[in-house]
Amino acid sequence: MDLAHQPQVEQTVSVQRTSANKVKFLIGGLLIIAAVVYLIISSATANAQYFMTVEEIQQRGSAVLGRELRVSGAVIGDSIQYDPQTLRLEFIVAHTPGSQKEIDAQGGMAAVLHAAVMDPNRPRLKVVYNGVKPDLLRNEAQAIMTGRLGEDGVFYAEELLLKCPTRYEEALPEQVENSDNGN
Amino acid sequence: MVAHIGLGFLVFVFLVSVYGIIASIVGLRKQAFAWVESARLAMLLTFPLITVVVASLLILLLTNRYEYSFVYGVTSRSMPLYLKITALWGGQAGSLIFWSWLLAAFTTAVTLRKWDRDREFLPWVILTGLVTLTFFLSLSIFFENPFNRFWGTPTGEVEALFQPAGSIPLIPQDGRGLNPLLRHPGMIIHPPMLYLGFVSFVVPFAFAIAALVTGRTDDRWIRITRRWTLVAWLFLTMGLVLGARWAYDVLGWGGYWGWDPVEIAAFMPWLTGTAFLHSVMIQEKRGMFKRWNMILIIVTYALVIFGTFLTRSGVLSSVHAFAQSAIGPMFFVFIGITFIVSLSLLLYRWADLSDEGVLYSLLSRESLFLLNNLLFMGILIVCFSGVIFPLVSELLTGQKVTVGPPFYERATGPLFAGLLLLMGIAPLSAWGHSTVKTLGKALWKPALVSVLAFPLVIWLGVRNGWAILAFWLVAFTSSVTLYEYGRAVIARAKRTGETLWVSLWRLAQKNRRRYGGYTIHLGIVLMALGVVGIEMFQTETQATLRSGESIQLAGYTVTFRQLDEFNLPDGRNVARATMDVYRGNRYLGELHPRRDYYWDANQPMTIPGTRSTMEDDLYVLLVDWQPISSQGATFKVFHNPLVNWMWFGALVLILGTLIAAWPDRDPEPRRVAVPSTISVPERVF
Repeated sequence: MDLAHQPQVEQTVSVQRTSANKVKFLIGGLLIIAAVVYLIISSATANAQYFMTVEEIQQRGSAVLGRELRVSGAVIGDSIQYDPQTLRLEFIVAHTPGSQKEIDAQGGMAAVLHAAVMDPNRPRLKVVYNGVKPDLLRNEAQAIMTGRLGEDGVFYAEELLLKCPTRYEEALPEQVENSDNGN
Repeated sequence: MVAHIGLGFLVFVFLVSVYGIIASIVGLRKQAFAWVESARLAMLLTFPLITVVVASLLILLLTNRYEYSFVYGVTSRSMPLYLKITALWGGQAGSLIFWSWLLAAFTTAVTLRKWDRDREFLPWVILTGLVTLTFFLSLSIFFENPFNRFWGTPTGEVEALFQPAGSIPLIPQDGRGLNPLLRHPGMIIHPPMLYLGFVSFVVPFAFAIAALVTGRTDDRWIRITRRWTLVAWLFLTMGLVLGARWAYDVLGWGGYWGWDPVEIAAFMPWLTGTAFLHSVMIQEKRGMFKRWNMILIIVTYALVIFGTFLTRSGVLSSVHAFAQSAIGPMFFVFIGITFIVSLSLLLYRWADLSDEGVLYSLLSRESLFLLNNLLFMGILIVCFSGVIFPLVSELLTGQKVTVGPPFYERATGPLFAGLLLLMGIAPLSAWGHSTVKTLGKALWKPALVSVLAFPLVIWLGVRNGWAILAFWLVAFTSSVTLYEYGRAVIARAKRTGETLWVSLWRLAQKNRRRYGGYTIHLGIVLMALGVVGIEMFQTETQATLRSGESIQLAGYTVTFRQLDEFNLPDGRNVARATMDVYRGNRYLGELHPRRDYYWDANQPMTIPGTRSTMEDDLYVLLVDWQPISSQGATFKVFHNPLVNWMWFGALVLILGTLIAAWPDRDPEPRRVAVPSTISVPERVF
């Protein structure tokens, strides 16, 4: 039997010692809670993605430079440029409203996307993405991009998801609408 | 006809469960054994009755009855037989029935046990089980009925159980087919495993409720349900691992875990369940943490129902889809009611659940278990706050902010590392009283061995400080665990004169729980090795290649030879690339990344070509190609070091759980009396 593991038993445990113990455990517990809270807050501030519309990005401009943003807009078909050798993809999206209520009020997603592409006065945003061109990237598709706004006013997307309103209404599972290489 | 029988039995089993609830309540009020016995029989009847419902659904699936919307949604003529069977849990309506069936199986099994010593628990366990079952059956009957049919009316097509006035039955010629993503072996067993895990946590919860109501607040309920909890945990773990494996094999993005809300929903009950598995040991040994254990099992049950609600359809669905489904609010009401009732019961018994012991020192076994629980809760809170973050931020600031995988990775990383460290320290600390000195004496040898990890990983070229730390943690915990094994085996072999292998076998047999636990820890450590490998050292590249051109990554050269496109009889169009893989100049073989296009579901699927060794995985994806000329195709290549250890570790973990849960005739473990005795019962060889 290994004697090393035997506890040194204290025969008398005074009341004083018990309360000192409690303080010890309380401090330990608080430290852990503080650590968890710190981890959540610091990680959230470092990695938060802000949902913004194209209009909001154009208005806030420099204030959101370098921040991780998530933007959604209507793809303008004529603007799509893709080089399969370098895998560089460029296109322009037009502003679409951010709230579901507004979208519903304007006749649903398909109508909103159509109106956005047709209206030349809508705020627009140029997007650059390095990767394979998704099949669903076409005129009047809804593009959801995660990335950062560059100082040149171009949005550099790191992630690109596409939704097509016609297929959207079939209520197929979510993956169908995502591009294969969205991740 | 078949559907009528199925529907009839569905309604019948619902009525039987409602009757069982009433009978157990009457039996409790009147203290009448006959009523309780009647409730027990009702409980036993539910399983065969739902089996009939499941069987009739299977017949509909196998006989191509596309007039039923559920059958239409998940099968098609071109699907092979086994997929038509597994389509049962491929859609929402079927998976709810399947859930109820598994729940009935488990609650029936628990009802069949010997109740001699625990008679007073019986009506409450039946009541809790039946209330849960009735809830799920009512969802199937009133909201997601699998026997709904298509009807043509003058205004359009509707789905209904009974023929609306002035309509004609519609019979589609073929179904839409199971979502191709679900046509994978991992996905076939992943949902049942997850469901089994979810369902079997209902058993310890039912006993906890019984213990609270009857006031038998000793650890009897924990002892009865110990094995159930382990089995629940095993299934849940296997469900999660299989889901990860499926994502790795099928989703084609080089990873296995994406911190998707649905994944997190399945992970959260695992966190509380794991914490529960540890903290019940303290109640058994020291009579402490009784309230905490109750809270843990109540939260686990709520999270299980919540997880079912999020994962019920078996596929990742968007949050958007829930709003359209009528069962969302029902789930929230059910979770709310059961949660409030259980918490009220807990508060009612609060005073009876006081601790029988005190925590003496920060390094004692029970303190370290407490720390383990705090860390698990910390991870739970991180997960939960990440899921609700967009809601809260929108409410407070009006700006919708979301957090992605980097948030979870950063916030949970240190907590997971803490758990890994604890796994190394806690098994060597003593119950009751432990100091730096005693712990240091126990730990220094394996700790010294683990220090060898530093020069080793640096020699292997690892320069990232966090990675070095992570590898050391893995080395530390595995040396401690192996040291514990080795020391005990050698001591036993010396004492008894047995060979080492016999001695190992006997030792594990004598204290299954302990050595099963160590084996589980070893499995987790190996999985951690895989996670560290892929999370910290994954590299990727992509390129468009012509035939004969190649890409280099991490010492590998992948050369594109050719691309073939062909149709398969099961309704797939396959584009398959052939790639030659070299490491340095050595030819390793071919890889076949491919893209399957399912005509029936109108959906492509990217299947990686993977070369897998214990050292690393080379994972090649075919992402795009020029269809006519087949001159160029675009590939994405991932190098995932050590990832295979994750799957290997999972097997070790399963083995460990089986060792720990294997039925034996050991007497109930003794309480550790601290500090009045000197003996250390955990170390009786």
